[in-house]
Amino acid sequence: MTFYCLIFALLAVGLYGLLAKRNMLKKILGLVILDNAVNLLLIAVGYRSGKGAPILLPGDDPAAFARSSVDPLPQALVLTSIVIGLGVTMILVAMALRLHQRYGTLDVDRMDRLKG
Amino acid sequence: MGTFLPFFVALPLLAGFVCLLLKRAAPRATPWISVGSMVGLLVACVLATAWGSSGVTFAGDWGVRGAGAGAFVVGIALVLDGFSRLFLLLVAVVGTASAVYALRYLAPEEGRPLFHVLFNLLVAGMNGALLAGDLFNLYVFVEVASIASYGLVAYQTGGEEVEAAFKYLVVGTLASTAILIGITVLYAATGYLNMADLSAAIAGGGVPRMPLLFASGLFVLGFGMKAAAMPFHAWLPDAHPSAPAPISAMLSGLLIKTLGIYALVRVFYVVVGMDENLRMVLTVLGCLSMWGGVLLAQAQDDVKRILAFHSVSQMGYVLVALALNSWLGVAAGLFHAVNHGLFKSALFLSAGSLERVTGTRRLSEMGGVFRKAPATSAGLVGACLSISGIPPFNGFWSKLLILIALVTAGQTFVAVLAAGAALMTLVTFVKVQRKAIFGALPARLEGAHEVPASMYLPALALAALCLLSGLLWPVGVDGIVGAAASAVLAREGAPPAATVYMERIHGEVPR
Repeated sequence: MTFYCLIFALLAVGLYGLLAKRNMLKKILGLVILDNAVNLLLIAVGYRSGKGAPILLPGDDPAAFARSSVDPLPQALVLTSIVIGLGVTMILVAMALRLHQRYGTLDVDRMDRLKG
Repeated sequence: MGTFLPFFVALPLLAGFVCLLLKRAAPRATPWISVGSMVGLLVACVLATAWGSSGVTFAGDWGVRGAGAGAFVVGIALVLDGFSRLFLLLVAVVGTASAVYALRYLAPEEGRPLFHVLFNLLVAGMNGALLAGDLFNLYVFVEVASIASYGLVAYQTGGEEVEAAFKYLVVGTLASTAILIGITVLYAATGYLNMADLSAAIAGGGVPRMPLLFASGLFVLGFGMKAAAMPFHAWLPDAHPSAPAPISAMLSGLLIKTLGIYALVRVFYVVVGMDENLRMVLTVLGCLSMWGGVLLAQAQDDVKRILAFHSVSQMGYVLVALALNSWLGVAAGLFHAVNHGLFKSALFLSAGSLERVTGTRRLSEMGGVFRKAPATSAGLVGACLSISGIPPFNGFWSKLLILIALVTAGQTFVAVLAAGAALMTLVTFVKVQRKAIFGALPARLEGAHEVPASMYLPALALAALCLLSGLLWPVGVDGIVGAAASAVLAREGAPPAATVYMERIHGEVPR
């Protein structure tokens, strides 16, 4: 339970950074924290107390494997989710660089030329 | 039947990869590769629609595990039914038009091959999301399409474009995060990711109510943001106009539907199941979008921003119709979503041509374009008539169907709101036509000339499709849309849609 509370605290920190900060780099850091909080949540959902790593060797009995290891599916999902998070972060950093070149600032309020 | 399904994702993915390889060697070939892959998809979709085929396959099949009743297949479940078929067809039609349009629209510059890489990636992501048979793959394909679209919005690397893309990316990522948390919660509560298993588990009543409510809320938030429903719409009027015209057409015509409307319907009708609270939420979101979009559009002078705000408004119609949870409502909503895809992409393509002809996007600086660019004007007028709901264009029929569905469901107040918003739409587009197409030609535009045929023909073709699908509504189009609606919600006497969907997945498992 403590673990879940910590994950939600991380989620809140990430959301705050993403939405409330005006500096683009801080926004990006917020996003990274948010991403990782979700990844942790996925891992936590698949965790079974006292069980081992989910490695199925040829010849192992699947039923015994299911009894003795944590849920492998969320771990596979997290791998995908990490890759997606990496891609999104890369694009964000590239855009922040481009905007900094153009406006000479990382503050989103000082470059607001769009009408909203 | 299902074995050809990976083709819909693999073809654009392969085309995008080839574009990347040819970046240096033959950059001039890349636009034609896009056109080729879109035409290939179009042929496949037309065939699939003509045969009325449906099927399921497990891509990357790792074989059957277990034995007896507990047997399951490991692989990426791809499911084709009437509902995904309709949207695949829409993606292929609008994609083809946009690819042809892009041939001459983009100047032959350095970054052009990369545009086509992202374009194909966008289509691959959308097709994948339409076919995904489990929630996590839906999320992955939604992300593939979204990431491609972030890049495309920032393609013209000016300050405003990148700023709009940054805004779009922040909102889009929030939406994706909400969706992923929702999926995690559902998985934790049920132990399934496959939509059919999930829907059976939820319909069986074994799932506690709280996680279900929490996940539903997150899905409404996430897919609502992707669909740009009213309180979550702020990114759209910046992002869609910032993209190059063919991409604006793809984003407004397709992306908000495949990632927003399609996913909402798939998740709520097939997996979670509709209930009264959800219907209430969707109706409120729909009414807000309908009126908010149309009112904000009145204040705009930039053609593409007017069109973008109208996308928000038209999505509102789709949402109120889908919220009815009746067969007629679903059919009307889906028909309107498809029609919006056709006329809004025609409008955005025409707006791009208009920008080329007049050198501006401001309505107040245009006028009399009809005399200089008759073909562009004809396409624009056709699409304007359709979005304003003038018979016999398709926009009229779908709006009429939505009104009928609302009134038969006893929601007269919402019907009055919808009719009022339709009137406001008519007012905006009469204004657009009067200012841009007709009226006096400014002296500045005396030297203006028509855009090349590869730019006005796609818009004209889409406008013609708007007219055709309106005229052919009773003979053929109703069958396709009806099949889509029946795949989502059962008509009287038919088995519930979720069961059919489930049988379609489990029927393929050897027992």
